[in-house]
Amino acid sequence: MSGADGTPYAPHTDAETAEMLSAIGVDDEEALFDIPDEVAFDGEFGIEPRTEREIRAECSRIFGRNDDLTEFLGRGHYGHYVPSVVDHLSDRAEFLTSYTQYQPEISQGFLQALFEYQSMLVELTGLPVANCSMYDAATALGEAATLADRVRSTSGDTVLVPEQLREGKREVLANYCAGAGLTVERYPMADGNADVDAIADRVGDDVVMVYAENPTVRGCIEERLGAVGDLAAESDALFVLGSDVVSLAVLEEPASVGADVVVGEASVLGLPTAYGMGLGIFACSDEFLRQVPGRLVGASEDAGGDRAYTLTLQTREQHIRKERATSNICTNQAWVALRAAIHAASLGPDGLVDLANDCVREAAALADRIDGLKGAVAPVHDRHHVREFAVRVDQPAAAIAEDLEAEGFAVHVVGEHLLQVCVTDLNAGRADDLVAAFEEVI
Amino acid sequence: MIHDQANYERETEDVREPLLSEKGEATVDVTDDSPLPDDLTRDELTLPSPSEPEIARHYTRLSQMNWAIDSGPYPLGSCTMKYNPKFTEDVAADPNAAVHPDRSERSTQGNLELQYRLQEFLAEIGGMDAVTLQPPAGAAGELTGILVAKAYHEHHGNDRSEVVIPASAHGTNFATAATAGYDVVELPSGDDGRVDVEALEAAVGDDTAALMLTNPNTVGLFERDIAEIADIVHDAGGLLYYDGANLNALLGRGRPGDMGFDVMHYNVHKTFATPHGGGGPGAGPVGVVDELAEFLPAPQVRENENASGYEGFEPERTIGKVHGFTGNWLVLIKAYAYIARLGDEGLADAAAKAVLNANYLAERIDLDVPHGPFHHEFAATAGERDAADVAKRMLDFGVHPPTTKWPEMVPEAMLTEPTEIEGQSSLDDLAEAFDLAYADTDEALDAAPNRTAAGRIDQVSAARNPRLSWQALDGE
Repeated sequence: MSGADGTPYAPHTDAETAEMLSAIGVDDEEALFDIPDEVAFDGEFGIEPRTEREIRAECSRIFGRNDDLTEFLGRGHYGHYVPSVVDHLSDRAEFLTSYTQYQPEISQGFLQALFEYQSMLVELTGLPVANCSMYDAATALGEAATLADRVRSTSGDTVLVPEQLREGKREVLANYCAGAGLTVERYPMADGNADVDAIADRVGDDVVMVYAENPTVRGCIEERLGAVGDLAAESDALFVLGSDVVSLAVLEEPASVGADVVVGEASVLGLPTAYGMGLGIFACSDEFLRQVPGRLVGASEDAGGDRAYTLTLQTREQHIRKERATSNICTNQAWVALRAAIHAASLGPDGLVDLANDCVREAAALADRIDGLKGAVAPVHDRHHVREFAVRVDQPAAAIAEDLEAEGFAVHVVGEHLLQVCVTDLNAGRADDLVAAFEEVI
Repeated sequence: MIHDQANYERETEDVREPLLSEKGEATVDVTDDSPLPDDLTRDELTLPSPSEPEIARHYTRLSQMNWAIDSGPYPLGSCTMKYNPKFTEDVAADPNAAVHPDRSERSTQGNLELQYRLQEFLAEIGGMDAVTLQPPAGAAGELTGILVAKAYHEHHGNDRSEVVIPASAHGTNFATAATAGYDVVELPSGDDGRVDVEALEAAVGDDTAALMLTNPNTVGLFERDIAEIADIVHDAGGLLYYDGANLNALLGRGRPGDMGFDVMHYNVHKTFATPHGGGGPGAGPVGVVDELAEFLPAPQVRENENASGYEGFEPERTIGKVHGFTGNWLVLIKAYAYIARLGDEGLADAAAKAVLNANYLAERIDLDVPHGPFHHEFAATAGERDAADVAKRMLDFGVHPPTTKWPEMVPEAMLTEPTEIEGQSSLDDLAEAFDLAYADTDEALDAAPNRTAAGRIDQVSAARNPRLSWQALDGE
C-alpha cells in the first residue's frame, strides 16, 4: 500500500478488508460512517501525499531558511550542551511511544523514572512535594496563582509580581488569573532585585501571592529573598519562587528562604532551545499536597510485597473530580522530564554545580569585557549574575542588535538603550567574537 | 498466550530496578570553590552520581519495564494510540529548527514558514478559518478555546456564565470551563448515548457561553443531530466548541467547521500520530471561525504583504499568550510531517480503517456492546465482572487493556479504540485476549496480572500514605 492510495500505516490487505467487512455485514467502509449528508465532507483538503524522503528534503529546505546565528539569547529560556546519552536513551521507543501510565503494572519503567525526576526536584528545592511536570515555567506560574486562590481563603484577589518579568509570562499568568477572578499587580525593582520595602508597603489582606524570581529575568541573583518570604508569611500570602534546575544547584534552597511553591524551568537540562519548548517544574510544601496541579507518582507495593510505583492522589485530577479538579492539566511533559532526569544523572551533583558556577563566571567575565568598550556599560545592575546581564548602550539598542545580527550574533533588546546578553557553555567559545563585533558596531 | 514476544515476564521474585539514588549518591560542598558569597548559596547538594554505563543500563532496563505502542496493541479508548512513524523524529531533530524563540522574524523564516503551512493544513482538515499552534496540550487547547469564546462574548457585551457539557465528556472539559471561570451545566445523555435534544433545549439559555462537544462522542457514536444541536446553541447566543479527541474517526469524512462548530482543538498526539512520550509533550492547536479569529493568542503567523516571506502578527483583540513561548514546537513539526506523508487520501483512509477496525472488533468479542454503529471506538460492558479486573487479566495476555469504567453511562465500561494500525490477525488476537480474560475465573481475575514487571499494585495505600520521592522512602 502506498501513501498515494491510503495511509501507509494500516496493515490491511484488500482480502482482509473484504473479510472484515463481510464479518460486520456491510458492503464497504462507507456504510460504517453514520454522518448525515448535510454535514458530511466530500471535498478535498488539497494536501498532496509525499514520501518520507520528500518530506525530509522539504523540511530540511524549509528549516534551512533560518539564518545561522550564534545566539546570546536567554531571558528565561536557555540551552546547554545535551549529552548524547540523553537522546539515545530517551528515544527508546518504549519510552517515546508510551502513553500515560494508567496500567501501572506494565508502566513501571516510566513511573520509576518520573519518581526519580520528582526526587531530584525535592533535593534541589528543599520542598517535600514535586509533581512530574507542567508545560513550562509560565503555565506553572499560572497554576501557582490558582493554587494560592484555593488555599488562601482570605478576601484577597491580588497576585504581586516583579515589574521586570517576561511579558509572555505575565500574559499567561493573567489568563489563568482571569478565571479565578485574580488581578496581577507589579511591584518595583531596586537595581535588579525585588524592592523589599515596596513589597512591605504593599502586602496586606488583599494579596494572595507574592512572586519573585531567582535569578531574575535580567539574570540577577536575588539577595533578600528571606525578607520577601517573611513578608509573604506575615500577610498569609503564598510565596512563590521562580527558578531553573541549574541555578538551583548552587543558589539558596527555596525552602530555606520560606518559599511555599517553586515554579520554573527544567528544560535547561535535556532539551535544546527547541524554539521555546519547555518543561515546567512545580514543587511545594506538604501543606498543599492535595491541592497540587498535575500528576504525581507515588511508591507503593505490589501483590508480592515488592516496591512498585503508580500515579497517585488522582482524586485531585479532572478525570475524577471534573470541574472541582485542582487544574485542567492532564497531558504534561513527561518525556521531557525523563530527558532532564537523564541529563542530571549524567552530570551528577558535581557536574551540575560546575555548570551552574560556570554560568556565574562566564556572565561576569563577558560583562566585564563589554563594560570595557566605549559606549557600553555592563552589567547594568550591580549584582551577581547567572548566565545573563543587561547592557546599557549609548546608541539605540535596536540598531545595535540589528548590526550584531548582520555580523552573525543574536542578542535581546530590552529597552531603548538596553540590551541583554546571555552566555552559556554553548556560546562561551564565541564570546571573543561577540566582543569584537560589539566593538565594531557600537 | 498471545503476543508473547511483547511480555516481560517476572523471572525472579524481585525484579525491582534499583533507584538511581541506590546506585550511589554523592554530596558536594557547594560553598567550596564558589564564585558566589556563601550567604547566596546553599551549603551542599546530594544527587545520584552514576557512571554513564550505569545510566545506560538503568534507563534501558526501565524502558523494558514499560508498555508502548511499539510493544503491542494499545486500544485505550478516547486516547487514540496509533503507530508513530519513525521518520518524523528525524525531521524534528533538524538542528536548524531548534532556534531560540526570541530570534528575529527575519532570521527565522523557516520556522515561520512551517508554522504557516501547518496552520493551513489544520484549518483545512477542521474546516476552520484561523488556527493558533501555541497551546502545549489538548487541555491547554480547550482552555485557549474557551478563553477565546469568553473574550468574544465580553467584546459583544454578552454576560454569560455557563458552559454546557454532556455527562459523558472528557473530564478536562469540566475542569477547563471551571478554570476559565465558568459554571458547568452537566447535560445527561439520551437513552441512545447521544445528546438528548430536548434536554439540550432546556439547558441552554441567556447564560450559555458555549456547549463543549466531542463528535463522534465518547462511546463512538456520531451525533447525528449535530446541525440541529448547532442551531439550538447558536439561537441561544452560545458558541459550539469541538473537542478534537476523536477527530481521527472523521478525517476527510466530516469537518467540525461544516457541522457548525465555532472553535475546536486538535490533539496532534492522537490524530496526527506524534508520540505521547508517556504523558506528553503533546500539542493542542486551536481553530476558530472568522468571527473569533481576532481573539486568538499572539503571535499568529501569516504571509507578509508581498508574499515574499512570513511574519508574526497580533490578532486585534488577542487574549495574549497561553504558553511562555511558542508551544511544543518539536511536536508540531512531527504533526506537519505526518499530515504531509498521508495527504488527502491517506487521512481519509486512516479514518476508514479505524472505523472498520472498531466495528470488526466489536463484532468479534463476546462482551456486550451496547448501541451502534460505531465510529472509531466502542464501549463494551464487562457486565457482572469488574472491568478493572478483566483489564488486569488482559495484561497477562500481552496486550494493553482498554480504558475501563469510563464513560460512566456504560456499566463496567471497557472503552476500546483499536485505531487503524491493527490488522485483522492482531484484532483477532485482541478479541481473544478480551474473551479469555472476561470468561476467566474470579480467582484468576483477582490474582492478575502475573506476567508483568510488577504484580497488582496497591493504589489505596499509595494514596493513603503518599511517598512521592526517594527522600520519603528513607529508612524503609
